[in-house]
Amino acid sequence: MKFVRRIAYRTSMFLLTLVLLVGIWELYKATGPQDGGIIFGARVLPRANDTAMPHVSTMFSRYGRPEVRGSDKEIWQVVLSGAWFSLRLSLVGFFLGTTIGVGLAVLMARFNTVRRGLLPYLVMSQTVPLIALAPLVVSWGGKLEIGSFVWPRWLSASILGTFLAFFPVAVGTLRGLTSSPAAAVELMSSYAASWRQTLFKLRFPAAVPFMVPALKLGASGAVVGVVVAEISTGLKGGIGRLIIEYAREATGDPAKVFTAVFGAAALGLTMSGLVVFFDLFLMRNRPRETST
Amino acid sequence: MSAVANTSAVEVIGASKIFNEGTANQVDALLDVNLTIAPGEFVSLIGPSGCGKSTLLRLIANLLEPTQGEISVNGKTSAQARLDQDYGMAFQQAGLFDWRTVSKNIELPLELKGWDKKKRAVRAAEMLELVKLQDFGNMFPWQLSGGMQQRVAIARALAAHPPLLLMDEPFGALDEMTREYMQGELLRICEETSTTVVFVTHSIPEAVYLSNRVVVMSPRPGRILEIIPVNLGSKRSELTRAADGFFRSITSVREALRGTHADHVASTAIRGVEDR
Repeated sequence: MKFVRRIAYRTSMFLLTLVLLVGIWELYKATGPQDGGIIFGARVLPRANDTAMPHVSTMFSRYGRPEVRGSDKEIWQVVLSGAWFSLRLSLVGFFLGTTIGVGLAVLMARFNTVRRGLLPYLVMSQTVPLIALAPLVVSWGGKLEIGSFVWPRWLSASILGTFLAFFPVAVGTLRGLTSSPAAAVELMSSYAASWRQTLFKLRFPAAVPFMVPALKLGASGAVVGVVVAEISTGLKGGIGRLIIEYAREATGDPAKVFTAVFGAAALGLTMSGLVVFFDLFLMRNRPRETST
Repeated sequence: MSAVANTSAVEVIGASKIFNEGTANQVDALLDVNLTIAPGEFVSLIGPSGCGKSTLLRLIANLLEPTQGEISVNGKTSAQARLDQDYGMAFQQAGLFDWRTVSKNIELPLELKGWDKKKRAVRAAEMLELVKLQDFGNMFPWQLSGGMQQRVAIARALAAHPPLLLMDEPFGALDEMTREYMQGELLRICEETSTTVVFVTHSIPEAVYLSNRVVVMSPRPGRILEIIPVNLGSKRSELTRAADGFFRSITSVREALRGTHADHVASTAIRGVEDR
């Protein structure tokens, strides 16, 4: 089956790249200067010693040892549960971001005035630093009272994920919705199709190839937003928190922070893997085109 | 054709179309066009690029509004005819939706009309039979050849059994052999379904072979130079292509295109017309 074969191909290319990266890391560690390369007082080459660049094997064996001395939890369990926690927040953020992004794109595709008015603000919104926004969202959320609904702390982190996710989705979807061939649009209007019919029977299906890369960006944006929000709002339980905690131990236990960093990377990959799966599923019956 | 009892299939009265009126890029696409088409008639619009033949087709389809004049289809305004899906349309690019199977493509206009699933499937099967693609219903458009795709597009255009078929150079992208085959098929289909056709083309032999009347147009502003009746009988076959009448009609269309009646357009009129 073509579908399965494509997944197998992509997976094997991914693994091959991984092996190459590990090779480059170890090669540099073996041959690079222990104290880094200094040219005119600036360190341009990183240190190749064990503190700065632990062996890949050390990083992975670290997963099997306890998080802290005397703890009965091995580190893989902690990283895994942290990643799972952040994954759920990212999914909420991604879902909200996609909903808002697609909704805005539909509005902008429908009304030119909305597009002209809104698009500059959307672009501007992405220049606001996330770190500045995080405490604001937390305090707004805390003040929010809708009936018996109480704003949970984790929701602030998801909202920041939403904030990074919605933008690429909105822009990519807008581009997709407005890229239907003119002849196809003419055909739909020759059938006196309503705007809504045209949207669902033509514009959305034709937009899929544009939406997929946008959704990938949105998915990783959601992860970044959540991780940064965890760090800057001090939310416990997620991978972002683990990264900042483990980084403090970098001198004594250099491999430890990498375990959390890989956890975050795996999280991002899982999210964009979801999008790839969705892509392969939706495009399974279409002519093969260059996919991103 | 001179029968006045029936309402005409298409009636264009004093239609003009000016794009970007009053601006620097004003284009007089059509000027005072009058054309009446009887039910069951096959009429071709021929002329060089920029003569407004596609514009005229789009006015009939109500995809464009005339700047002046009136257009009626089946005795209704063209706007009402569009809403009632009184016509089907086919373009140079088959324009099938990649994500739909051949059957689902044919069902599209029926879906938009709100037909139920079962009725749609029955009609799609009928249409596939009509265009001789019975075995291809579950395939996807990109798995089909260009000629087959164009047959699907015709099936789609006729799915709702509209009395009128509007075609904009539908065979322009096909190779010559396929093209001649498709012309024969189109005549057969139109006879079986007694559909009126307005057909835009660049090719003189194609226009003559298919039509009861050939409308010859001149560019800038687009006007009707001459309407040439083609007397080749109602039954046409491959033999028709070798008949004397066929060549005589081709010659009259060619002369009309060269503008024997309007010398000043001669040089521009030839350009863009395929003389094959």
